[in-house]
Amino acid sequence: MNNPLSVASSPHLSGKATTRSLMLDVLISLVPAMAAAVFFWGPRALVLTLVTVAACVVFEYAYRRLMKQTSSVGDLSACVTGVLLAFCLPANAPYWLAIIGAFFAIVIVKQLFGGLGKNFMNPALAARCFLFSYPTLMTTWAAPNNMLPVFGITDEYVSAVSTATPLANMHLATPVLPDATLTQMFVGQIGGCLGEVSAVMLIIGGIYLVTRKVISPRIPLCYIGTVAVLTFLFPRGGIDRLDWMLYSVLGGGLLLGAIFMATDYVTSPITKRGQVIYAIGCGLLTVFIRYFGSYPEGVSYSILVMNAFAWMFDKFGKPHRFGTPHFWEKSKAKEGAAK
Amino acid sequence: MSHSFFGGVHPAEHKAATEGKPIVPMEVAPQQVVLPMSMHVGAPCKPIVAVGDQVTVGQKIAEPAGLGAPIHASVSGKVVAVEPRPHPGGDKVMAVVIENDGLDTFGSELTPHADFSGLTTEQIVDIVREAGITGMGGAGFPTHVKIQSAIGKADTIIINAAECEPYITSDHRLMLEHPQEIITGVQIIMQALQLKSAVIGVEDNKMDAVKVLEETLQGKDTGITVLAAKTRYPQGAEKQLIQRVTGRQVPPGKLPADVACAVFNVSTAYAIYEAVCLGRPLTRRGVTVSGEGVANPCNLMVPIGTPLQHIVDQAGGLTENAAWVLMGGPMMGIAQYDLSAPMIKGTNALTCMVPAEHAPAVTDPVCIRCGKCVEACPMHLEPMYINMYTTARRYEETEQFHVTDCIECGSCAYTCPAGIPLVQNIRVAKIQLRALAQKAKS
Repeated sequence: MNNPLSVASSPHLSGKATTRSLMLDVLISLVPAMAAAVFFWGPRALVLTLVTVAACVVFEYAYRRLMKQTSSVGDLSACVTGVLLAFCLPANAPYWLAIIGAFFAIVIVKQLFGGLGKNFMNPALAARCFLFSYPTLMTTWAAPNNMLPVFGITDEYVSAVSTATPLANMHLATPVLPDATLTQMFVGQIGGCLGEVSAVMLIIGGIYLVTRKVISPRIPLCYIGTVAVLTFLFPRGGIDRLDWMLYSVLGGGLLLGAIFMATDYVTSPITKRGQVIYAIGCGLLTVFIRYFGSYPEGVSYSILVMNAFAWMFDKFGKPHRFGTPHFWEKSKAKEGAAK
Repeated sequence: MSHSFFGGVHPAEHKAATEGKPIVPMEVAPQQVVLPMSMHVGAPCKPIVAVGDQVTVGQKIAEPAGLGAPIHASVSGKVVAVEPRPHPGGDKVMAVVIENDGLDTFGSELTPHADFSGLTTEQIVDIVREAGITGMGGAGFPTHVKIQSAIGKADTIIINAAECEPYITSDHRLMLEHPQEIITGVQIIMQALQLKSAVIGVEDNKMDAVKVLEETLQGKDTGITVLAAKTRYPQGAEKQLIQRVTGRQVPPGKLPADVACAVFNVSTAYAIYEAVCLGRPLTRRGVTVSGEGVANPCNLMVPIGTPLQHIVDQAGGLTENAAWVLMGGPMMGIAQYDLSAPMIKGTNALTCMVPAEHAPAVTDPVCIRCGKCVEACPMHLEPMYINMYTTARRYEETEQFHVTDCIECGSCAYTCPAGIPLVQNIRVAKIQLRALAQKAKS
């Protein structure tokens, strides 16, 4: 009986969280923003997201199959990439565009580098930047409250219902505030990508992720905080600084980026201090690109640039070694020795 | 005084099965006990008895050779073998095997000192050494050496009653059943170190024990305080408990005495009481037998050297689907493959697990860089990076991540969503580094 007994190295217990459960939590946290998109643009937003997810899963499965590697579809990371990629497309983007994006995200950015955990850039964001090879498609946004047809969307239809994003107004030679009220900005009744418009829904998702301990609030708070401070200090076009700051934070992809993209495990630092440096860097770059770049939005590029520095920031952010003096204590000890 | 330690985890406690069960002697005494010469940190002891010798309970049967503590017979009877036997730490170790005559004839060279107030530091250290007391929380550092190293250096005595490992309740029960004896033991340590105060660190999942200790202390000017710390693993790790109680951090490679602390397990304090006041060497201890894999989870008073199989049988035996027997708790316990190995001085529990309780083994786990291991490490390490270099067999580079600071508490591997065996790989790195250092020397 009971022979042979099993042996393994301790610990013999494991926590409940698995890669799959974490990814599932991220998917759940994206549901509110998805609901807002469906509310503003009708079922097409959902269909576009599902197409993107399906394409990501198919590419992930097919690539691993072709390369004779173990299937990794079950970890749900491809689904997360799919949803996030769809979230940074206009709701009126053609389906084939989403499928091209999915191919770039999964095959080029993720699998060619070795799959989950090995990619050095956020797949969804990298794909979004790649899709800017189609600038018109990527920068024509249907105004909210237009129920888009699921099939047969035409360029004429889109241009008839399109609107400018708040950031476009704020990026004019003489920046002006968008005509949306702050409430509209907060709820998301503005032009923009499918998943980025509704600040309140994104924040609800973020709170869910923090309470489920999937992410720590460190990166979102440092990122958004940096942008808030900088825009408060340097308002443009003679606009009231508080207004300018609020519109800057709520407009564009800042919340989506700060809560869901910059916190991507694989491409962000793992040390506390590293994460703070990384998030502040994201914030600085975002404001820099928004102020001085030719394109009104800087969130995706700044996160991608900072992704590339994640490992370096981990070196800077190495935790303080247990039981050794901090640098301020070291100088004190030296003073003591000198005396 | 409140200083939290960094990181840690909070696994399900599973203590309910045994925390209400008193520590009782085993119904059937073992027929044989196996006393390995290695039950402590340091060099193995040298047997001073031969096959055929008649021994009594408490009779010294082995002397330390170097750092160590003597070993005493835990049953009376005849020495039937002096040979290498399986050790719960793995491998075979020289052991003295005693056939139990069932009479429990007691005979010890120690003299009881019911009133210990006249004893000097040297006398107390002598008694503790002659009683063969080693740290009873698991590591097994010889207690008299610990006291000696703390004399004149320590300003704080900490009694470790955290018992932060899931399943284990033997210290908890001891506090409920013998609070006065434990406090006397603490007073003896205070007298040996000539200190006026001591702190008993208990986790707040044992508030009944805190209450019992406080009631015992009430109205007496003992200088002993009880600290109920918020339950978090690994509170009972020595460095973490020191940090929790005093805010001090033990420097890498140093001992508690280097930050003026002396830490003793609560069972050790009890053993010191028995040695000094009753003249009883360390020959038995409380062991929790728990887990889904054992029929009747319970707390047993077990003679040291009792084969694990016998202890498990006294707890109703293993269940049909039991697949694991761990010496210790599930976080740091050592998985046993041969139950003829005996329990030793540091064995506070046998955890018998069924496959459903045990962490699943993941084939080809993939790190997603979530950083949860960094957040969980109470030693401020980056297990993810150590693991990365170890799996790439670049062992030298693990040194820059201070791999040798690792206390192997298991918090990182527990929290890892990918199921990477982080502690196992850290152990590999440590072993390889040691081998490299040896090579460099020769």
